[in-house]
Amino acid sequence: MTKHYGKKVAVDALSFEVQPGIVTGFLGPNGAGKSTTMRTIAGLDEPTSGRVWVNGQEYHKSRVPMAELGILLEAKSVHGGRSARNHLLALAQTNGIDSKRVDQVIEFVGLRQVARQHAGSFSMGMGQRLGIAAALLGDPQVVVLDEPVNGLDPEGVLWVRNSLKALANEGRTVFVSSHLMTEMALTATHLIVIGRGHLIADTTVEEFVSRAKTRGVTVRSPDAAMLANLVKMTDGAGVIADADDILHVEGLTSEQIGTIAWQNHIRIFELTPQRSSLEDAFMQLTHDSVDFRSEQLEELAVAS
Amino acid sequence: MSAATIGHSPALGVTLPRVIKSEWTKLRTVRSTYFTLLVAVALFIGVSALITAVRAHRYHGFSAAQRADFNPVQMALAGIVVAQLAIGVLGVLAFSSEYSSGMIRSSLAAVPRRLPVLWSKLIVVGVTVFVVSLVTVLVSFFVTQAILSPYHLNVAITSAGTLNKLWTRAVYLTEVALICVALGALLRSTAGGISTFVGVFFVLPPITALLPSDIGNSIMKYLPGSTVLGDNLSLWAGIAVMAGYAAIVVIAAAVRLQWTDA
Repeated sequence: MTKHYGKKVAVDALSFEVQPGIVTGFLGPNGAGKSTTMRTIAGLDEPTSGRVWVNGQEYHKSRVPMAELGILLEAKSVHGGRSARNHLLALAQTNGIDSKRVDQVIEFVGLRQVARQHAGSFSMGMGQRLGIAAALLGDPQVVVLDEPVNGLDPEGVLWVRNSLKALANEGRTVFVSSHLMTEMALTATHLIVIGRGHLIADTTVEEFVSRAKTRGVTVRSPDAAMLANLVKMTDGAGVIADADDILHVEGLTSEQIGTIAWQNHIRIFELTPQRSSLEDAFMQLTHDSVDFRSEQLEELAVAS
Repeated sequence: MSAATIGHSPALGVTLPRVIKSEWTKLRTVRSTYFTLLVAVALFIGVSALITAVRAHRYHGFSAAQRADFNPVQMALAGIVVAQLAIGVLGVLAFSSEYSSGMIRSSLAAVPRRLPVLWSKLIVVGVTVFVVSLVTVLVSFFVTQAILSPYHLNVAITSAGTLNKLWTRAVYLTEVALICVALGALLRSTAGGISTFVGVFFVLPPITALLPSDIGNSIMKYLPGSTVLGDNLSLWAGIAVMAGYAAIVVIAAAVRLQWTDA
């Protein structure tokens, strides 16, 4: 699937499949094309080329659309002058969903107290809950949520996380976007990572996490120079002296370094393996595909 | 944790009657609907009554020509020129507010075939405006005739041509509303829709009047605002020409809705 907006290419030959029964995270920096992709899933935008299939057919051909797909888009999609309940009721009626169901989803997302208030008066978190309620109205087989935890308080974030897992356990296809790797690591089983409209990774969270490999060991010792010489003699080891008493060792585990030190009666005050975080793994992957990187901004700032 | 999560929903599917029901819910649950209709009704009856009262009061000083020109039915309808402004705003808002609020994304995700949303809005707004206009026209008639009655200038509703003239004004206001719903869908902007409507209905006529009268008059009678109100075309021809304009704008709106990104 490819999508151009005028000359700007938002999504470029992106192709992937999302499986039912698990939560699939959709990751990418801002401007990577996540929202565009999600809009084309719901048929709001037509791909410039390619197609999107929802349950084996193009969404706009669906006879009972809200039972096929429930979607929460990042942008606000509510008339602010209408009450939350009337908003949901109007959407439900298009698909022949009764008002009992409307009250049921209002209860589920915890908006019962404010259901009669104008949606325009809602906080961002309440707006997200209303959007999730709308997505769930039709008891959909596929649930697509664009940045659902944006603006939610910690309790709300936990609620979304548990709800998504529960929905997937029921056999639904759950596809959730985020620009936060850590949030996805807690929620998703599978990951689709994109940057600048290109597919970067289509992998399990586990595999993605294993990419977060050790990046050396930091050692603090009063006999740093002596230790450095000993370590250098080991095959495959590299040493950088960060300061008089601090070494950064690559190619050896902390166990190996500790053993060398003990055999040579060298005192060690600190021995810390440096792991790159998930966030680092994500940053490394998407590094070249970020539209606006802070260093570019710095360059701009310097230039001006 | 099967059905316990979000329960089951008996979604039956999208049909035109269901989308009409949904659009009726949308129309009756925003304040602007009541506000614009109230303004339209108040302007229609208020302006008609005011003009009728002033002219009736001055009647004894009128020349023979002015007396011949005195048309009690026309005075009952005097307010329509201003009232149509509020009807136009109602029509434009019915669709443009979907875009300004972002509601359109929810609406089209629920009805991905899209066109039923346009047809349903046209039907719901059209029927609402027709019913309100018909009642308003009748009330305005009886109010103005009651004002004229002490001067013995009033006419009966059964008098020749009166009923036709009254109900076709309700049809005209309905056509204005439909054109404006389509303008809102076509331009996707409240400001754009209302200014186009005002430009065509209120600005174009005085500009046309500046043309030499042989050209000006032949253009004038086909301007949307004069088709029915201008009395230069027959009632039926006027309504038919308006319907033609409405059809053009509706088709353009349908094409844009169906074929461009929401």
